[in-house]
Amino acid sequence: MQNEGEIRIPSGCAITGVISKSGERFSGETAIRSIEPMHDRSNGLGGGFAAYGIYPQNRDLYAFHVFYDSARAKEECEQVLQTSFDVTVAEKIPTRKMPQITDEPAIWRYFCLPYEKLLQSTGLDEREFVSRFVVKINTQIRGAYVFSSGKNMGVFKAVGFPEDVGRYYRLEDYEGYCWTAHGRYPTNTPGWWGGAHPFNLLDYTVVHNGEISSYDANRRFIEMFGYRCTLLTDTEVITYIIDYLNRRQGMSLEETADVIAAPFWSEIDAMDEADRKKFTYLRNVYSSMLITGPFSILLGFTGGMMALNDRLKLRSMVVGEKGDRVYVASEECAIRTVAPELDRLWSPRGGEPVIIQVNEGVRI
Amino acid sequence: MNRIDANGRDFRALNEEIRAAGQEILIENCMGQRYIAAGMSGVSLTIQGIPGNALGCYLNGGTIRVHGNAQDQTGDTMNSGTIVVDGSCGDATGYSMRGGKILVRGNAGYRVGIHMKAYREQQPLIVVGGETGSFLGEYQAGGTIIVLGIGSEKKAPVGNLCGTGMHGGKMFLRAEELPADLPPQVAASKATEEDMAEIDGYLEEFCAAFSMEKQSLFDRPFYVLRPNSANPYQNLYTFN
Repeated sequence: MQNEGEIRIPSGCAITGVISKSGERFSGETAIRSIEPMHDRSNGLGGGFAAYGIYPQNRDLYAFHVFYDSARAKEECEQVLQTSFDVTVAEKIPTRKMPQITDEPAIWRYFCLPYEKLLQSTGLDEREFVSRFVVKINTQIRGAYVFSSGKNMGVFKAVGFPEDVGRYYRLEDYEGYCWTAHGRYPTNTPGWWGGAHPFNLLDYTVVHNGEISSYDANRRFIEMFGYRCTLLTDTEVITYIIDYLNRRQGMSLEETADVIAAPFWSEIDAMDEADRKKFTYLRNVYSSMLITGPFSILLGFTGGMMALNDRLKLRSMVVGEKGDRVYVASEECAIRTVAPELDRLWSPRGGEPVIIQVNEGVRI
Repeated sequence: MNRIDANGRDFRALNEEIRAAGQEILIENCMGQRYIAAGMSGVSLTIQGIPGNALGCYLNGGTIRVHGNAQDQTGDTMNSGTIVVDGSCGDATGYSMRGGKILVRGNAGYRVGIHMKAYREQQPLIVVGGETGSFLGEYQAGGTIIVLGIGSEKKAPVGNLCGTGMHGGKMFLRAEELPADLPPQVAASKATEEDMAEIDGYLEEFCAAFSMEKQSLFDRPFYVLRPNSANPYQNLYTFN
C-alpha cells in the first residue's frame, strides 16, 4: 500500500466530543454511540478517540501509545525509550478481534517518566523533553509511531469506521471525564493507522473536519521550531501550532484561537482601539499561523476541550448542554442520540472559540 | 397514515421504506438519516426526531413537516413542495433551491438561500421566523428570502456579510436597522406598500403554519434588499 504523501485522493469527516464539567468519569460507550449516527460522514478509512482521565492509577506518568510495523521497530524503539525513560509498565493495548478491522500493527502502551538526572542535564522542562523525544521516535525509527504521549489520557485510533474502532479498542472498559471522537473521510491522502485522528502531542489532541488550504505555509513556519510534519496531513500541523502557541508561547486558548482563526482586516478596522491594536499585533506576528480553508476542530487538553470553526464557517458544528455535560458535534443527531433532552442547543459563529473546562477545584 | 420507525435504520433502507409507504407517512425516532424524501413528490411526510442533512433535497412536490430541528442543507436544490420546520435549521438551508417553500419557525444557520434561483413560474421562498447566521442569500440569483427576527434582540436579525454576491431575487428583513456591512452591490430600502403586498400571502402562510397572528409582525419595519442593477459584478474581476 502507498502511504501518506505517496498518493493523493481527491474526495468530509465527523467529529464529536463530550465533557463532564464536574469531572465525572463515564465510559467510552457514550463517545461510540455519539459518533455512530454520523456513519455516512466517513468512509471507513479512519476512526479514533481521545480520552481524558482514563489512567488515574498512573496519573503522574506519561502514557505512550505506540504502533509498530515490525518486531525490529519495537526492539529499536524500546531500546531508545529505556535509555531516556524509567518505564514502569509495558503492555499490549487490549483489543477485540473484529472482521471490520484489518492490517493491525502491534499496539503497545508504556507508562513512564524521563530519568531525573538526564532531564536535568538537558536543561529542558519535562514536557519539552518529552515532545522532542516523540518527534525523534516518529522521524527516526522506521515502523514505530508514537500516537499518544500525554499523562492520564490516551488516543485510540485505527483504519475503520469509528464505531468499529471504538469497539476494537474495548473503549467501554475505560472511563474518562472528556472524550472526543472522529470519523475520517480522507481528502488528499490514503487512510492508514497513524493518519487517523485524533492527532496528538503531549496531552493535546485534535480532531478535525475540513481541509486547510494554508497547510504548506503553516508547515514551513512551524518546522522552524523543531516540529516535523511527517504525515503530510493538515491536522498534524494544527496540533503543532496549538502546542507551540499555547504551551511554548504561553498564550491563552482564546489568543490561540485569535491567531489561527483571526478576524478579517475589515472586522479589525471596525474594533475599538485596544482590540484593534491586539488583533493587528497577533495577525502581524503570527501571520504564518493563520489557518485558512474550511475546518471545524475539537481540541482536547488536560481539564478541557475547545471547539473552533474557521472564520467563514465552512463546516458545521453544534453545541449542546445538559446539566454538567457539554457536547460538541458536527451534527445535532450525534448529541441527541446520547442526550435526547438538552438545556440548550446552539451553533457557534465562525472563528468563535468555545472553551469548556472542568470546574475549578475538581481533581482530574 | 403509515408509521415508520427509523430507529437504527440506514438512510438507504429508510428512504426505500418511505418510497413504498404511500401518501401519508409518519417517521418516528429519526436520528440523522440523510436525504429523506429525496426527489419525491405528492406525499405528506411528518418527521419526529432529527432528520439528517439534505432533508427534502430535489423535492418535487408534497409537504414535509418536522416536529423539531432539521440539520444542514434542508431543501437542497428542491424544485417544488413545502418543508415546514417547527424548530430551527442548520447551515445552507435552501441551498440552490429553485422552487417550492421552506418555512422555519426558529433560527437558521449560515448561508441560508445560497445560490437560490428562479425562472418564470418557479419562484422559491424561504421564511425564517428567528435569526440567521452570516452570508444570508450568498450568491442569491432569484426567489424570495424573508427573515422575521421574532424574539431577536439584534437590530438586524442576520449575521455578517448578508447578500454577498447577490445578483437576483429579493430579501426582506424585519429589522430595527439594516445590517451595517451590506455590500455595495446590494440596494436596500424600507419596504413600500407594494413590496409588502407582494409578501402578504407568504406571511399569511407562515403565520397559519405556526398558529401566529400576522398583525404582530408589523410592529417593526421591513426592509427590502435587491441587487443594485441587472449586472452588479460586471467590473468586479475584469473591466470590460
